[in-house]
Amino acid sequence: MTSFFNMELPSQAARAKSLPVRAGVGLKPAHFQEISQTQPDIGFFEVHAENYMVPGGPYHHYLSRIRGHYPLSIHGVGLSIGADAALDIDHLDALAMLLARYQPQSFSEHLAWSTHGPAFLNDLLPLPYNTATLQRVCDHIDQVQSHLGRRMLLENPATYLEFTASTWDEASFLTEVLHRTGCGLLLDVNNVYVSSINHGRDAHAAIRALPLAQVGEIHLAGFARAQDGNGDLLLIDSHGAPVAQAVWELYAFTLGLTGPVATLLERDNEVPAWPVLLAEANLADQQLLALSAEEVAA
Amino acid sequence: MSSQSAFAAALLNPDLPCPGGLSTWNGSAPATRFALYRNNVTVSLVDALADTFPVVQALVGEEFFRGMAQVFMQMNPPRSRLMAFYGHDFADFVEAFPPAASVPYLAAVARLEMARVLAYHAADVDPLQPDTLQAALADPDKLTSLRLVLHPSVQVIQSPFAVFSLWAAHQGALCISTVDPEQAQAALVFRNGLDVVTLALVASSAAFVSALQTGQTLMAATDAASCIDPEFDLSHALALLLRWQLITRISTGDEHHEHTH
Repeated sequence: MTSFFNMELPSQAARAKSLPVRAGVGLKPAHFQEISQTQPDIGFFEVHAENYMVPGGPYHHYLSRIRGHYPLSIHGVGLSIGADAALDIDHLDALAMLLARYQPQSFSEHLAWSTHGPAFLNDLLPLPYNTATLQRVCDHIDQVQSHLGRRMLLENPATYLEFTASTWDEASFLTEVLHRTGCGLLLDVNNVYVSSINHGRDAHAAIRALPLAQVGEIHLAGFARAQDGNGDLLLIDSHGAPVAQAVWELYAFTLGLTGPVATLLERDNEVPAWPVLLAEANLADQQLLALSAEEVAA
Repeated sequence: MSSQSAFAAALLNPDLPCPGGLSTWNGSAPATRFALYRNNVTVSLVDALADTFPVVQALVGEEFFRGMAQVFMQMNPPRSRLMAFYGHDFADFVEAFPPAASVPYLAAVARLEMARVLAYHAADVDPLQPDTLQAALADPDKLTSLRLVLHPSVQVIQSPFAVFSLWAAHQGALCISTVDPEQAQAALVFRNGLDVVTLALVASSAAFVSALQTGQTLMAATDAASCIDPEFDLSHALALLLRWQLITRISTGDEHHEHTH
């Protein structure tokens, strides 16, 4: 009967109230079986909410099993919090159902928009930072948090363009959103690096300017390189490559300011074999463990 | 038009100019950077279709497929945030897409591939216990008025073309050179455990399963199948449904006497 209890009762780690201060990995269908069978030593998993808004089948089968052993972060990519239109209540309801089913330790979404009218554009699109968009984003986050009955984390975007209509810089805008809504920050260190290169800013200063006390999770990912119209380097947030050395360095700098924070390795394209992702996550885990040990020693 | 309307319209239509109100730190042309967003949208949606329709892509080649998918995407941007089902209207589009007219069976293969995706994600419903089923089938008075409810993953694809063989040839099951595309075929698609299964179905069985799915009685479904083939074998067709555990509920027409799992 042991196997029965193993199946039905979530492990102690899985029942934790919040994400552990460890590395996690984005869960991909290609790795379902291997993870389910080998139960690797990893802090947590993260899934994109919309992928699991399907009625049944293998996605739910494996996520239920994996959830029984690991803490979970559910990360939305389709809520369109920055859209200049009302939030989709059906989508909010679907999110509420998913969160009720899987009881994740964390729910997060993006400072971006992805819908227009009935169309879903399947990309995280940029918005100007001004008083009008601030009000709208805060109203939407208030609505999300009240509908879902929980605090959410908001992710800083990777952007390629800025708007002449912006009157706030991104860090001040995010700080004000967090202050007004009480939501936390999902600090995507790769996005900070990508945006800093793309807009000619200092990445370290960009990190320092963020509301670091409210960071609930960190994202790390790889980027691709392109050029803009002047031939200057333009970075694309591709999630299709290993984390760049410069981003690892920025991550270490960030942890020096925030202390250890649950950190997710994101890989959505060119997904490698599971051991390759696990090894990359272990690089983050080592930094987190070393930092936690230092904190204990101090 | 709001700034997001202009932005969204130009994302989907490459003939539209880069929207206004954009700036860059180094004074470079915003259009080059805007093209990145346009490319992200296009590639992600075309990739989503390529994931769903690998055999359609193999039949026409990657270049033709991606070109066709791009036209589809511009005319039919997703209406749902669930990308898994984005290809739902793709087969109808392919059927009416003039450049694909020389491959008349393409839409049928697209329908089969979409059915496989739907089956993969269909709701989990337990099959009816065999003894419940046998008890219901054993009562000859009620047999003809029985209605069988099938698993939500079950779909029948009927085509004037060799839809099953064309698909099977791309799974290595048979050699494409032996397939006559002009031969009418039907396929049964469903999920068994965690695996999607695709079987060839004779026309009478296809009519039988389709009739059951529209809520017709066992008697009416048998009649529908016999119209197509007088030799239709009910026990053979039922054995298929039983073997793959595709019956989830039986009703006798009187919902008060419903048997459930």
